[in-house]
Amino acid sequence: MSAGVGVNLENLWIRFGDFVAVRDANVNINGGDFFSFLGPSGCGKTTILRSVSGFLDPSEGRVLIGGNDMAGIGPNKRPTALIFQNLALFPLMKVWENITFSMEIKGASAKERRKRADELLDMIALPGQGDKLPSELSGGQKQRVAIARALCAEPDVLLLDEPLSALDLKLRQHMRTELREIQKRVGITFIYITHDQGEALTMSDNIAVMKAGIIDQIGDGKTVYNDPSTAFVASFVGENNVFRGKVKEIRGDEALIATNRSGDLVSRISTANQGKMNVGDEAMMFIRPEALSIAETGTSGDHFVTAKVNHEEFEGNSFNIFTEGDGGKEIKVSIPNLGQTFEDHTGQQITLEYETQNAVAVPAGELATE
Amino acid sequence: MNNLFLRVSIWVYLGIFFAYLLGPLVIMAITAFNSNGFPSVSPWECFTYAWFSELFQDERILNGIKNSIIVGIGTVIMSVTMGLAGALILTQVWPKLRATYYTIVIAPILVPGVVLGISTVVFWQRVNNWLGLGPDSILADGLFLTIIGQSTFIASYCMLVLVARLQRYDLTLNEAALDLGATHTQAFRKILLPFMMPALATSAVLAFLASFENYNTTTFTFGDYPTLTIELAQKVRYGISPAISALAFIIIVLTVFGALTNEALKRRKELQAAASGDTVKKVDGGFRLPAILSRNPAMIALIALVAVIGLSTVNAMSHNPAQCIADVKEERDMQRTLEAEANLRALAERRAAAAAARAAEAAANGEATEETAPATGGSSQTGGTGAFGNVFAPTNLDGAEEEPEAPEEAPASPFGSVFDPGNLSTAEPSGGN
Ligand SMILES: Nc1ncnc2c1ncn2[C@@H]1O[C@H](COP(=O)(O)OP(=O)(O)OP(=O)(O)O)[C@@H](O)[C@H]1O
Ligand SMILES: [Mg+2]
Repeated sequence: MSAGVGVNLENLWIRFGDFVAVRDANVNINGGDFFSFLGPSGCGKTTILRSVSGFLDPSEGRVLIGGNDMAGIGPNKRPTALIFQNLALFPLMKVWENITFSMEIKGASAKERRKRADELLDMIALPGQGDKLPSELSGGQKQRVAIARALCAEPDVLLLDEPLSALDLKLRQHMRTELREIQKRVGITFIYITHDQGEALTMSDNIAVMKAGIIDQIGDGKTVYNDPSTAFVASFVGENNVFRGKVKEIRGDEALIATNRSGDLVSRISTANQGKMNVGDEAMMFIRPEALSIAETGTSGDHFVTAKVNHEEFEGNSFNIFTEGDGGKEIKVSIPNLGQTFEDHTGQQITLEYETQNAVAVPAGELATE
Repeated sequence: MNNLFLRVSIWVYLGIFFAYLLGPLVIMAITAFNSNGFPSVSPWECFTYAWFSELFQDERILNGIKNSIIVGIGTVIMSVTMGLAGALILTQVWPKLRATYYTIVIAPILVPGVVLGISTVVFWQRVNNWLGLGPDSILADGLFLTIIGQSTFIASYCMLVLVARLQRYDLTLNEAALDLGATHTQAFRKILLPFMMPALATSAVLAFLASFENYNTTTFTFGDYPTLTIELAQKVRYGISPAISALAFIIIVLTVFGALTNEALKRRKELQAAASGDTVKKVDGGFRLPAILSRNPAMIALIALVAVIGLSTVNAMSHNPAQCIADVKEERDMQRTLEAEANLRALAERRAAAAAARAAEAAANGEATEETAPATGGSSQTGGTGAFGNVFAPTNLDGAEEEPEAPEEAPASPFGSVFDPGNLSTAEPSGGN
């Protein structure tokens, strides 16, 4: 891949008065990467992005772009372009004027600008729409115009602040692939912000998962999904069933956890926590709904869970069983629909089975609230 | 029933309301075309444009208009600039200071214009002295002081208008411009200013009108540059002429015309926008007034006005105003002579009757006349020279001469007779003169 311009955050702190919006963030973003910040609303994602684009000065720490410290360099001098959460298209300018605003600033002629606008309009699949006003475009079209406007400035780093959040589901899915393609084509670094884990997983080379100003984990999609380092990441990224308990025994990179409700269960310790969990520690164990299956009733052992079925539902591609679970939360079991027949278990006591490598143990911590 | 009553009363109410609002203007406009020397409608003499030509020959009015326009332009520039700056600061200032700042900036609107005028003069005089400048420096100049003085409160009006628009400005637009490489100046000029344009235009018009009609503040600051309002006020002090009605008429027409042009432009823009959206919608048959008329009573009013002026012009041309005025004058003179003659005749008759009565009285008691005559003579003299009653009464001019010979007639003046109990009976007919 072309070696684009990388971005580094070093011990970055951002405070608003006494409120800490970003706490000691350390992130290395490789040039040409599609990098996502993923986290719930209000966790400080926009704040980080604004410090990269130059609208906010770090309270502590440094922002480096292409290895250069950005301290004291204004937003109009940084090699970044930001796509705002609300897009911020200029309402009084036509689409082509919007797109080529960065050229107008540099004094390009109208003819040049028109030509470049037409190229970009072709690229974003809106040929011939240059003379419209932003208010005459649909949501998805505005989206693409905002992208074209940012790309027209030929930034080294494109920053995107939840650009798809205003779109409906179908369009959002379509735009995901389109964005990814654009990124591959132009080969520059994309920093993408989202609170939608599906978006982050499908598009990103790497993901930073944030919680209330703190970056919990950085890794590619598979790592974040399969090998979460905290209870928050495990519960925020994808659906997960939680089992609370205490560490009873450590066996290498596996742990036996005495759960509050389901007896002793064995689990893999997540990579980040290996060697850091001790017997007697409060722990949490996570098993994905699709990693659970129904076993022979009455079987027992350290990878069997027995629970009473509350209700069941058919979701098309899968058949979901919800049983009584830990701390008032139900355990969800998802059985892929391969054409087999399902019997109704409602009200019955069933036994669930999983493989050790599909369960992951982390130190007890805060869970993502839905 | 009820509904009908309601509708009728609404129309009546509207009628009264508009009569109240526009009546004085209409009457003033009409007086501008009446040849009568005092602005009036009811003794309609002749249709004339004479007051307009008189107006345009009046150096002081023309000079006043010129000064008003200069001051207006200066005030617009000052006020809109300061208003915009004030509005920008309001949106930028630390939130806790906002209310305080707002109060301070709005305060000049609440301060009486007279106070602003005096304080402007006093303040700049001090500054002038302090800088050691003479009385003919720019800081003591009437134009400068008037513009500054008016701007102190007109800027606040402008700010109110601009703040309303600025509150709808999305600040991220500014950031987007910066992010795309614009400097702060470029972002201001290319994004914020175009956005503010409608409000800037509104506040400029507002500022100009407020400046044009201002009297309170200007009266202290104008120096050697009296504005139109000042000139008018000074003129009115020495009597009012229809030339001022003519000026009022011109101003009304200009205002209506300006409003209509603005409206028409706006409507055209709307139509263009609608046309670019969908052209099919407009076709719905049936007779209709052109769009500019159907929703625009002011346009109809203007057309009516133009029609009236046109008709009266035609009328005036076939009629020849000069001839008319001459006729009227002649008629008036004639009437006056007739009146004078009638008065003389009445006087002669009265005198004859009085003489007869006196003769009869003298015959009745010869001694009494000798005693009363000096007393009545003295009182009639005060009455006769008393300016009030006599001056305007043509009959009394003659009467005054006869006074010594006929003391009883002199009390034709109402004042003279009141104080003279002896003349009570004779005073009555002469009062109706
Ligand atoms: N200018 C500011 N002054 C004070 N607090 C602020 C300011 N900007 C942001 N914050 C606070 O910082 C925290 C993070 O805000 P931020 O906008 O970064 O959230 P976010 O992760 O982008 O959320 P969302 O997904 O809803 O956009 C929030 O709690 C917010 O209240
Ligand atoms: Mg945000």
